[in-house]
Amino acid sequence: MIDFELPTPVDRQVQLITMLGQQVMRPVARYYDEHEGERPWDYINMIWQTVRSQGGRTLAAPSVDDKPGEGGEKKPRINNLMMIHTVEALSWGDAGLYLSTPGGALGGAAVEATGTPEQKERFLKRFTEGEPKWGAMAMTEPHAGSDTASIRTTARLSDDGKEWILNGEKIFVTSGLMAAKESPGFVVVWATVDPAAGRAGMKPFVVESGTPGMTVAKLEHKHGIRASDTAALVFQDCRIPYDNILGSAEVARADSPAVGGKGFRGAMKTFDATRPAVAAGAMGITRATLEFTAAYLKERGVQVRYGVPLHQQTAVERDLLQMEAQHRAAWLLVLKAAALMDAGLENTTEASMCKVKAGAVANSVAQKAVELLGPEGYSCKLLVEKWMRDARINDIYEGTGQINRLVVARRLLGYSSRELR
Amino acid sequence: MISFTPNHEQQLIIETVRRYASERVRPAAHDADERAATPPEIIATGWELGLLPSAIPEQYGGFGDEHSAVTAALAAEELAYGDLAMALYLLTPNLFGIPLLHCGTEEQKQKWLPRLTDADFVPATAALIEPRWDFAPHALSTTAERVQNGYVLNGHKAYVPLAADAQAMLVYARESGATQAFIVERGAAGLTVLDREKNMGVRALPTYEVKLEDVRVSRDARLGGEAGANADLLLNYSRVALASLAVGVARGAYEYARDYAKQRETFGRPIAQYQAIAFMIAEMAIEIDAARLMAWDAAWTLDQGKDATRAAALAKQYADEAVLFVTDRAVQVLGGHGYIREHPVERWLRNGRGFSTFLGLAMI
Repeated sequence: MIDFELPTPVDRQVQLITMLGQQVMRPVARYYDEHEGERPWDYINMIWQTVRSQGGRTLAAPSVDDKPGEGGEKKPRINNLMMIHTVEALSWGDAGLYLSTPGGALGGAAVEATGTPEQKERFLKRFTEGEPKWGAMAMTEPHAGSDTASIRTTARLSDDGKEWILNGEKIFVTSGLMAAKESPGFVVVWATVDPAAGRAGMKPFVVESGTPGMTVAKLEHKHGIRASDTAALVFQDCRIPYDNILGSAEVARADSPAVGGKGFRGAMKTFDATRPAVAAGAMGITRATLEFTAAYLKERGVQVRYGVPLHQQTAVERDLLQMEAQHRAAWLLVLKAAALMDAGLENTTEASMCKVKAGAVANSVAQKAVELLGPEGYSCKLLVEKWMRDARINDIYEGTGQINRLVVARRLLGYSSRELR
Repeated sequence: MISFTPNHEQQLIIETVRRYASERVRPAAHDADERAATPPEIIATGWELGLLPSAIPEQYGGFGDEHSAVTAALAAEELAYGDLAMALYLLTPNLFGIPLLHCGTEEQKQKWLPRLTDADFVPATAALIEPRWDFAPHALSTTAERVQNGYVLNGHKAYVPLAADAQAMLVYARESGATQAFIVERGAAGLTVLDREKNMGVRALPTYEVKLEDVRVSRDARLGGEAGANADLLLNYSRVALASLAVGVARGAYEYARDYAKQRETFGRPIAQYQAIAFMIAEMAIEIDAARLMAWDAAWTLDQGKDATRAAALAKQYADEAVLFVTDRAVQVLGGHGYIREHPVERWLRNGRGFSTFLGLAMI
């Protein structure tokens, strides 16, 4: 049945995080924007309690083990719905702080999606106990961003077959510093076991924090989301146990796609959950910007009226209405992508659709907000200019707008990646 | 609990109307537009779908339990997917029936609703729009003045569908500063149906300008009696209707352009294999999905009995832009062929452009 009623637990979670956002995140948002590289421990320690109690999942796709309650009637799954609302609300508080949230994040999501039960236990348990820890995902390389299939980092077996030896360089690793060095976390590193095999040779490997041969080479200085560390990692003969490969080590032949199911395709599968989540993050910034701008203008006598004919609307009113409509449209697409996943339905197209829309809307709304507030919007007195900078990443990471348009178009047109490049 | 899956009954309605729209309406759309006439057999078979009677409760002769804007939105999208002008034609009696259903007095409902459940199409209509660039539903030029035993209506209306045949017409007018509606029956003195209008699109829908000169109606002709009508509520039903119809038009254009792009080759490849075209296709699909969810959101809010003005206004505004964007891109995908009337996309662009003008021209 078509229904827009938010489940009570989700509603409660949003209210809780909104309070956290107002009381803990907003007051320090400007400080960590101006002190890039300083860790926001006040926020981290506060949120860690929550993350721990929720099984360490921050961005992770909910585990398939989450069965509905025994005996009674089956409860509808709301894991993804819960996740996108959580991310949206945290990002409403502050996008940079949200991204520095301890927990498994994208690294945890990869283990969750492609690991064996033993691996999940070994790698994910840490996020439910002790001090804050981070997981990270290292995919992008200096010469290969969206073109993930042409990464060059290699993984070869040691002579005794007991270890993998990684060599290469990864960039743009979110929370890379915390995951690789400053907490007992881990990094999921994508490397090829057979450079000649293309995508089929790509495998994810878990590299424990502090493993010799893995170094943090650089911390990026960014346009926005500065509270979050973005690292470059170098691997020089970095040796890890054989069992740290996620999924099978087999290189699937082109005619047996099933074997490679947990390799590259596994990574692509995680996007079904993470793209709506990242889109939800974009929506949090958008809502923050929109709410603030509308309230700010209202206090100064500019009120949005709904259902007023065009010729009676002021230019500012029309802009605000458009921003609001765009925000709502994008958010509903995110909701749909998440709801489909909760219902156990295929959502790859919808995940990319909502990511395209949310990435574009976050930017257009935040950029317009700066314009509407004039000198005040551009000033660092307010957070609006920061939100615009924070928003900009959303049309870039987790698949640029272009890559996601490609994903959508291929699926709508029934084309392979070879037919539509 | 958030869900975007139509229920079983809604799914059946979608399939039924989709089949009708694809098999009957779509093939007739080109000629209907060229001849500026909806074929009688479309009217007859379309009426047989029973969309309006299914919104009318049994006690008034219909076979519906409860009027659901969500369900009606689903049906409207499918109808417009067939053809917008013919969809508007078939939905014209709604312009009379839905306001009665929601705002009518018991007497008015008993008098009029059963007539709208006839086996044959009932040309009942409404007159809201006025021929001015700055038309505003809350500041109508048409007036209703209270006199002894009734009201006197004066004004000039436009875009009144089926006015020439209408047995009854709901005329919106300003009365003591607010917008109210009055039932004017066929042949009322002072009511003149002027020439049929010619517009850029929706040509198969006959619309007329209508003049009201000292038209006298009785006291019980005022919709809702003493309490009056909730014009905001009715406008919201119109907004949701138009948003859903816009989605249907856009979806038709998108599918046509998508299929064309896979067939048409340039430089040895289908044009859909170039990003310049593929990205347009992706963006069209995204806008359609977004517009549809906005329309559902507003329809659902109406069904909850909540104030839907914000949701409906946003949905309408979004759909207005989305349908223009999508139909325009469809023309572009077809290039020169898109400009030729043999292909439907130019018609869809002409129809799509109208949505920003159509408030009050459809209701579900």
